[in-house]
Parts: sequence; structure tokens; C-alpha cells
Amino acid sequence: MSRYFTEDHEWIDVDGDIGTVGITDYAQGQLGDIVFVDVPEEGKELAKGDEAAVVESVKAASDVYSPVSGTVIEGNSALGDAPALVNEDPEGEGWFFKLTLGDTSELDGMMDEIAYEAFVEKL
Amino acid sequence: MSDDVDFIEVTETLPLDAWHRAHGARMVEFASYHMPIQYEGIMAEHLWVRESAGLFDVSHMGQLHLSGDGVDVALETLVPADIKSLAVGRMRYSLLLADNGGILDDLMITRWEHGLYLVVNGAVKYDDIAHLREGLADAITINNLDDRALLALQGPKAFDVLSRHATGAYPLETLVFMSGGQFEIGGHEAWISRSGYTGEDGFEISIAADVAEAVADLLCSNAEVKPIGLGARDSLRLEAGLPLYGHDLDPDTTPIAADLGFALSKRRREEGGFPGAETILAERAAGAALKRVGLLIDGKQPVREGAAVVDAGGVEVGRVTSGGFAPSVGGAIAMAYVPAASAAPGTIVTLAQRGKTHTGTVTTMPFIPHRYVR
Repeated sequence: MSRYFTEDHEWIDVDGDIGTVGITDYAQGQLGDIVFVDVPEEGKELAKGDEAAVVESVKAASDVYSPVSGTVIEGNSALGDAPALVNEDPEGEGWFFKLTLGDTSELDGMMDEIAYEAFVEKL
Repeated sequence: MSDDVDFIEVTETLPLDAWHRAHGARMVEFASYHMPIQYEGIMAEHLWVRESAGLFDVSHMGQLHLSGDGVDVALETLVPADIKSLAVGRMRYSLLLADNGGILDDLMITRWEHGLYLVVNGAVKYDDIAHLREGLADAITINNLDDRALLALQGPKAFDVLSRHATGAYPLETLVFMSGGQFEIGGHEAWISRSGYTGEDGFEISIAADVAEAVADLLCSNAEVKPIGLGARDSLRLEAGLPLYGHDLDPDTTPIAADLGFALSKRRREEGGFPGAETILAERAAGAALKRVGLLIDGKQPVREGAAVVDAGGVEVGRVTSGGFAPSVGGAIAMAYVPAASAAPGTIVTLAQRGKTHTGTVTTMPFIPHRYVR
């Protein structure tokens, strides 16, 4: 399994043609206390860069973009009752949605963990 | 060279800038100042103020001193409050009004032994000074007390904490809500009033800028006190039903629409003679077309400033002016201007935000009961 990162602070774990998407620890730290998450429904078709989810902190609403194209197979229903999971475990239990990847070549050029850490350090 | 070189915006630093950074604040730009938005997190800071005590730096606000013979009568030409009857040490909430009855700013007016002390919003303080200068006779002197810092200590434990440090000609408990007096904190001269912007008991403390760090350190040396950022200040005042200038109030809003009729003192209503009096008094009798109300939002998603209030046909009939997650309420709340026919508590209104429809129920404000000590 490989994990990739975007400059918009999403991560995607890829296992075969199934991807799991969330926001990074850096992103949740910037957002602060998360009070609401709107995840996409099963069957939703997403193109790379589409607004896929909404995450709301006490301060503001932010869009979460799909890092790749694909079809949503599951939204994380646990976030409905426990949006704070995104603060507590952003890169684990606080995942947003899973999708089947339409085109794995879209992963090319995305950052790995080391590259993302270096990217965040410069912000 | 273009004219606008005179107006290059410079972000200024406040007396406690380094202190905030040393205490781990995340700084943002607000009203042309670097301000602390949060320290440990808005939610935790908000709840801390409701159960203990929080220290806010509001030094960006304008502190003005007006003096000269007849200063109270003179100021009454610009605000609808009864200033003449204001006793020394008493403060009153009021509004700077435009000739059409629109709100130029909301402010606190206190009578000092000599003259009047005004606290105005940071974002419009220079406009306010210009407006006051234009509207007041030359014999009235306006001093911008920009060598002073302003702190607020708010929460149920604020009194216990401050009474350990404040000494004066009379004890701190003689200060009741909306009154102030001269004290010393840690040997430093301070004007303290029992007032604030959270709905909690608490104090606002005006001190010389060069002792702000010492006073902030002294207050934060008490286990009950943590520094609190602007983020929690906003969620606390929203729960307290207190409007924020530039968001819930602006020059297109009148006191009646804003549900601030209490700011029109009885004598001034009877005598008139404040800007926009005709419009405002007619509106007071007939009711305003739109009215500021509180909304409890259904569901968990916050509905924020800028969302539309829509009718059954989806046509915009009003606007949300503040909104967000309310930590002490445990849900999403908002302030909105709604048509008069929809302003009664219990009315369900429909809201549109980013292509999505929400509903909210008109609710009497404050959302969380005030705990002022009167």
C-alpha cells in the first residue's frame, strides 16, 4: 500500500485500485476544532480536483478535493456523529471517503510522505 | 505617481504582540493589526471562559477621551443615548448614527470625572474620530488614547482573580455591570469597568501600553486564567447575542432593524435631536421591514455570514450576518436579518448556502443566558 499527498493537504492510500482519502495532520491543525464533515455518497463520480467533501471548523468551511478521478464506494459515516475524529486521527480513523480509481496514472507526480513533509516545512 | 500611495495599508503591531507569540498564539491580520486568533484552540478557549476566566487583548479597539464644556450635550447630537444624565463612573452602550439613521459604529460611553471616555471598534476608529471631529464644536477636545492598551478579563472567576490584584479607593465589588472606576493593578494605574463582550461577568481594563505585558503576566499567573484569542471572542459574543460591527451592524442598518431599540434612551426618543431621529422613530412605531434575530440551525452544519434567507420560492428575502458552531450550545447558531413577518420566536426560516438548503428556528437571544452582576 502506498500513500500519496497533494499540495491541498489531502492524502490518499492506494491498495490495488481502491483509494482511501483524508486530510493531513497539518491540515487539521490549521483548521482547528472540526465540528462538521460532509462526505460524498456511494456512487458519486468524481474527477480529479472536484470538490468531494466539506470540512467545517469553528472558524470556517473548507472544501476537500478529490486527489484522483473515480467512483465513491464509501463515505466515512463515523464522521457524522464524531467529526472530531479528523482532529484526533486525521490520517487514520478520520478518513473521508474511499473510491475506485479511474486512472492510476493520476498518482504520478504526487508527493510521498518525505516530499510532503518538506513541502509543509516551507509553508 | 497615483494618489493612493497615501493610503498604503500597514499592518501594525499591538503592545502585546510579542507576548501573544510567546504564549503560542496563532496570529492573523484583523482591522489592520496582527491579532491572536487562538492559542490552544477556539473550542477549549471558549469553554474555559464560560467555566473559569479568560484574558483577551482588545487593544486594537479605539479608546478616546472627549473633553470641554458641554461635552455631554455635544455628543448627544451624534448618538441617541442620554449622556446628560450619565453619572460619573457609569457607562452606556450607544450608536454613532448617520443622518439617514444608519449605524456608523457601536460604542461604549463612560463619564469620567473630567469628560467622556469612549471605546469604539478598531476597524472604524479613524472614521469615528473624523466623524466626531466634524460633528463636535472646536471647543471639544478629542484625544486618541493610543498609548493605552485594553484587556478584558471575562468569566465566572474573573472577579475572584481581579480582586486579588486590584486596589483602589473603594473595593472592586462596588463595581456593578456597566460601571467603572480608577484602580491599581500590580502598582499600575488602571481604569476598570465591569463590562465585556462574552455574556459572562467580567471586566475591561485600560492600562498604559508599556505596562500591558506586566499586567497580562500578573493576571495569567492565576491558575484560573488563560489567554483567549479572537476566535473564541467571536463565538462567545455570538452565543451572548451581541452584534459585531461590520457584520451584524453597518451603515445600511438602523437601530430598530438591528433590534437595538434599548439604545434609544427615553428622553432622547421624546426629544429627538439625534441623527436620523425622524426615520428611526417612525420605524420604531411602525416596525422595520427586516429585523435581526437569532437562529438555531437544524443539523450540525454551520450556516455562516453571507448565507441567504430565502422564501418558499427560493427568492432572497434576508441575510445571515454571523453564524457558526456554538460550543456552549452544542450546535450551530446564527444571527440573521429576516422579514418582520418571520421574526417571531418559533418561526422556521429557510437558508441557502453554497447551493445547499438549511432550516433554522427563530430563537430569543441570548442563546446562553447573560451572567452579568448588576
